[in-house]
Amino acid sequence: MDSAILSLLGAFLLSIMGLFVFIWSMRKGLLVENPRAASIIFAPGELGKVDDPAIPGNAQERLPGAVAGPGEGEHLVDPDELRSRIEADHSSAFPVFMFIAFACFWLVLGSLAGLTASLKLHMPDWLVGEAWQTFGRIRTVHLTAVLYGWITNAALGVIIWLLPRLLRTHLVGAMWVMLGGALINTGIASAIGAIGSGWTDGMEYLEIPWQIGIFIVAGFICIIVPVLYTLVNRKVESLYVSVWYMVAALLWIALLFIIGKLPGVHTGVQQATTNWWYGHNVLGLWFTPISVGAIYYFLPKIIGRPVRSYNLSILGFWTLAFFYGQVGGHHLIGGPIPGWLSTLSIVQSMMMIIPVTAFTINMFSTMWGRMHMARQSPTLRFMMFGGFMYMLSSLQGSLEALRSVNQVAHFTHFTVAHAHLGAYAFVTMVLFGAIYFMLPRVLHWEWPYPRLITLQFWLAVVGISIYFVGLSIGGWLQGLAMLDASRPFMESVAVTIPYLQWRSVGGSLMVLSHLIFVGHFLAMALRFGPTRTGAALFTRPANALELSHGK
Amino acid sequence: MENEVKLAAGAMVALAVATAALVVMPYLQVRDIAPPEGLKPYSSAELRGRQVYISNGCVYCHSQQPRDRNLGPDAERGWGRASVPGDYFYDKPHLLGSMRTGPDLFNIGARQPSKDWHLGHLYQPRAYVPGSIMPSYPYMFEVKDAAELGDEIVKLPPGQTPPSKVVVARPEALDLVKYLQGMNHTYPVLPPTVQQATAATQPAPAIPLSPASAATPAP
Repeated sequence: MDSAILSLLGAFLLSIMGLFVFIWSMRKGLLVENPRAASIIFAPGELGKVDDPAIPGNAQERLPGAVAGPGEGEHLVDPDELRSRIEADHSSAFPVFMFIAFACFWLVLGSLAGLTASLKLHMPDWLVGEAWQTFGRIRTVHLTAVLYGWITNAALGVIIWLLPRLLRTHLVGAMWVMLGGALINTGIASAIGAIGSGWTDGMEYLEIPWQIGIFIVAGFICIIVPVLYTLVNRKVESLYVSVWYMVAALLWIALLFIIGKLPGVHTGVQQATTNWWYGHNVLGLWFTPISVGAIYYFLPKIIGRPVRSYNLSILGFWTLAFFYGQVGGHHLIGGPIPGWLSTLSIVQSMMMIIPVTAFTINMFSTMWGRMHMARQSPTLRFMMFGGFMYMLSSLQGSLEALRSVNQVAHFTHFTVAHAHLGAYAFVTMVLFGAIYFMLPRVLHWEWPYPRLITLQFWLAVVGISIYFVGLSIGGWLQGLAMLDASRPFMESVAVTIPYLQWRSVGGSLMVLSHLIFVGHFLAMALRFGPTRTGAALFTRPANALELSHGK
Repeated sequence: MENEVKLAAGAMVALAVATAALVVMPYLQVRDIAPPEGLKPYSSAELRGRQVYISNGCVYCHSQQPRDRNLGPDAERGWGRASVPGDYFYDKPHLLGSMRTGPDLFNIGARQPSKDWHLGHLYQPRAYVPGSIMPSYPYMFEVKDAAELGDEIVKLPPGQTPPSKVVVARPEALDLVKYLQGMNHTYPVLPPTVQQATAATQPAPAIPLSPASAATPAP
């Protein structure tokens, strides 16, 4: 039989199976709301209490009364629960600090490389004397440093910090996790050196030479095994939704990387489909679930109110898991790939609207009436911005997969703008927010200069806005010029120049915000600034200081 | 344990479905494909040049996948017929690309066969294409007082050579130009219906192609 028909039949059967699984889940009672599962992140008595260690002390004291609903926030928080949380934080503090420190280093290096690459696109004769300075290498150094260096390290930090908390246990095998972190970062550093010197596997997102990839895979295994041990040693009954997202993402990225990098297996067109299967899944099955999982924890935690619908969040998880993995083919629409593959990817790209809508409805109704708190809480501000950008970037991605839109946007800077909307405005902003929340508990020290957090937020927001708006317009005009056969190709280049310059302006603001962020991190780690350790207090017993850091 | 098993099993099934669709199925479809008759394997100089193309990241601005007429005027721009899987038979790794900051290069060898043009254009793109934003690659060349035996002097447009010097191409530039000159996929490929009809007589079965690949041969 025709293999195209066979594969369509296969997709149909799988969808039917998926439907049955779904019906089965509903029979298991998933249609009934489950507020207990949603409240698992709170200790008894903690509901209705604002929790953000990055809030300046005086603002924090004003807030709790303003947000507590009837019957909430009147009781003292159960000290036993808090003690177990302190233990959990204590067990993960050292590895988390290590991941965040590495992440900060790669963030600075990667964003400086990105700005250099951006400038080179409108100043083509700048820095061309040495091979490592050429656009093709600097751009790839940027990608490797921010994707694998910054986002992956920060994401691992968030996972390792959150899981013991959510599972109410201590992190098993912290030494192994740190060994894994060391291996991964050895791999990243070697990969950046290799790319700078011209040694690359030559595929987008898969540039890291596979020999170096062995370090990264070994590192991931050293992290996954302790995480699974921690998971089975849990002391909570049901798993909170963030755990679903994060553990699944860890398993996914390890397998994605291994399959994508298998040497000597992939060739020609099949290698291209594997390339984009990997390329899109790094975003879809690694960055996105980590960030969504982080929002599902931090956002309710800060405002002291459980997520509105726990089941909607689980629906979001499974639809993301099943649809996101198959969207990669939309990067090759019109290319020499089998037609059914493009169609499948376009369909699944549209299906991605389901998890995004589930997430958006859930977050919006959870936040309803408490959005004003973003004025005081830095973490909440980053999380809300990130969550909103998740909705925008995912919806934009679905539309971009449609043939009519893809025809214009494909091969242009429009795609680059979209990638930054996802990886920066969504993922990176969420990670910033998470780090602002986590580090005071990790280091037992407050952020020394709260104003810098505000400054960093606005620089990043204005920077990415200029970047995204400018480059999207430029990319769209570029695409239209390329499609018009009566206009010479060079017109599609000339039309982008002003927008490429705006991109450099936006990029400079983003780099500046990163320098402030990392400087602030260093000031905190080195114990600079005024001695403030008591900002996040709700209770004032003798061990108040310890307890506040445990929250 | 129920939750953990559900989590791990569900996550793995989801990934397995995606892998089957985007990795295994294309693998099964493409693995038996034969190279078109007009396609020659790369020479060793071309392979070295291809490595230069890869290590300098040319793929980030240049695609190698002309699209069908109904998706864009690629053929009118001289980029050639829509490519088919067989065209990539010898490509390891693939260099399909995802950006057209510069033009598609799948048929650059047919469009621009001149070695002098390519060498000079690599040395300074703006000497040939005003407004180009391609980086110049001076590190692939040497500026000397006089050429030595066996040196390949780059013939640049007037005013581009430094006074009383000669610009000499390094081996990597020569290899890269060999690769670019060899980028010629203008040979005819059969539309899929004919391919399927002839498949019975050939040992390797032809695969069904996307509508985009059902192109007429370029002139």
